Amino acid sequence: MDTVPLRPAPVLLAGAKSVPRRVQGNLTIALFLLPSVALFAFLVIFPILQSIYYSFFDWKGFGPAVDFVGLNNFITILSDKVFLVAVKNGLLIITFSLLLQLPLALVLAVLLGRDLPGRVVFRTVFFLPYVISEVITAMMWLFLYNPDPDRGLINAILVLLPGGRAHPWLGDLNSALPAVFVALTWKYFGYYVLLFVTGLVQIPTDIEEAARIDGADSLQSFRYVTVPLLGSTIRTCVYLSVLGSLQQFIVVWIMTKGGPVNVTETMATYMYRFGLVYFKLGYGSAVAIYMFLICLAFSIVYQRLTRRPDYLGGL
Amino acid sequence: MRRIDTVPRQRWNWRKLRTRSLQYLVLSLVAVAVLIPIVVLAFGALKTRGEFLTRPYVLPVPPRWENILGILGQPKYGFWTMMRNSLLVMVATTAGVLVLSSLAAFVFARMEFRSKWLIFNFFTLGLMLPISVAILPVYLVLRQTSLTDKLLGVTFVQAAFLLPGTILILRGFFASIPAELQDAAYIDGCAVFDFFWRILLPLARPALAAMTALTMIASWNDLLVPLVVLNNEELWTLPLGTMQFQGQYSQDLALISAFVLLSAVPMILFYLVAERQIVAGLTEGAVRG
Repeated sequence: MDTVPLRPAPVLLAGAKSVPRRVQGNLTIALFLLPSVALFAFLVIFPILQSIYYSFFDWKGFGPAVDFVGLNNFITILSDKVFLVAVKNGLLIITFSLLLQLPLALVLAVLLGRDLPGRVVFRTVFFLPYVISEVITAMMWLFLYNPDPDRGLINAILVLLPGGRAHPWLGDLNSALPAVFVALTWKYFGYYVLLFVTGLVQIPTDIEEAARIDGADSLQSFRYVTVPLLGSTIRTCVYLSVLGSLQQFIVVWIMTKGGPVNVTETMATYMYRFGLVYFKLGYGSAVAIYMFLICLAFSIVYQRLTRRPDYLGGL
Repeated sequence: MRRIDTVPRQRWNWRKLRTRSLQYLVLSLVAVAVLIPIVVLAFGALKTRGEFLTRPYVLPVPPRWENILGILGQPKYGFWTMMRNSLLVMVATTAGVLVLSSLAAFVFARMEFRSKWLIFNFFTLGLMLPISVAILPVYLVLRQTSLTDKLLGVTFVQAAFLLPGTILILRGFFASIPAELQDAAYIDGCAVFDFFWRILLPLARPALAAMTALTMIASWNDLLVPLVVLNNEELWTLPLGTMQFQGQYSQDLALISAFVLLSAVPMILFYLVAERQIVAGLTEGAVRG
């Protein structure tokens, strides 16, 4: 007589007939993880480790790296005025982003609000530049900034104004960096609007209502209710904005190549110039290591100081 | 065009009307500022070279399709070759990233093992390392392998750098699927892979769609990786070709405008079709963490 066991042995139920679940599990883990770990290790981690090695050499890329120079590359970089300009520009772009880009995005998000008819249309338009590639962004702005008023729209409008004169926006030492920054803002502000709108929608309406009943005007309600409740969104935006500013390359490279006279140089254009244009691979590697350390240090410090924000956005 | 929901009837007073008008005014001004560069580009693209020089900003009436048709019709501009290369890279990168990262995200979300967090943190290191920081080190590694000047090389690098973010977000989605479901499936004799394939992935379809859309954009728009990996003109992707085109035909701004516009069109269309997925993916990515 067959009896049905009350509690069947788990091994029998483990799908694949004779393989114990534990073994099956370990096999799954190994097979599922292996491809991504391998690809990531080979093309992200290994390159960095190898560059640490090369950064101790004076190496032009022909034959093996033999000319060991110790920490010389790292010291030379720090004494190069152009690199210091690149660092300064990075800090300037971060400052502009935090003081202009994010507040602009926050204000627009608040204006979009929860129930404005047509808000979807505005959101779609604001976010459009984010999906347009950096190459196209840079070229569109090159057209607009063209110093010849017959070709560049901005100067064409300027010369129409009384007393207005055409200005070489990207050729002038003072206006080149702000001009590039405007193009960057055009491309990226919509992303922050989107994040702020998402954050705003999550704030319960009754809190804002309670503030209104307590007599807060809309400015007070914004300052004392909305902004504090958006805390985690703001922290995320600041993180993404700083990390994004540190890595700017394509838009700058196409618009100015870091010029004129290095006034728009960023760390990434500096690295690209020395590594992939002049082919000073050891020196370029050292620049990459500096950049990596700066990004890493910022990430770690920022996450210690705030709740762990998200990292996405490296699109 | 989506129909816009009307607000429930409410008493309109002057103050409210004033606020609303101000809101619309500011938002419309910004919207116009956003659209101007694109409109100027389109105007330029629909003019002849002569018209572009004499009247660059007036409406392109009548529109001149010569430049656009020329780029689409003449093989010397290489538009369709670049389009094909971009498509190949995009499809391969997206497929690779989605398959690899959903496998890894499943393990991180659903299985317990020693050194799990060590490996997970290993991936999060990649999130602090944007591709433009690592491009020179990556180039040096590619040089030692036979991956330079191959579309596969572009795909490999793009995929490697897109993996960490995708794994992180998918892990969040997978973890939010109730554990009871997994227990029930296992008790019913479901193997681990069957649970992943037949139950988890179908449930995570919205998340997978969002990540697919984001990966497609990232891969399609990428210039940096093709720039350092590809030399052979036959292999250029659309962004790389667009950049080179500017140097080659720098005298003919109308022609460049046409080329830039044409290379922008696919992504704009894709955005209008997949906006929901793109927005969901990006906000999800930034809210989780």
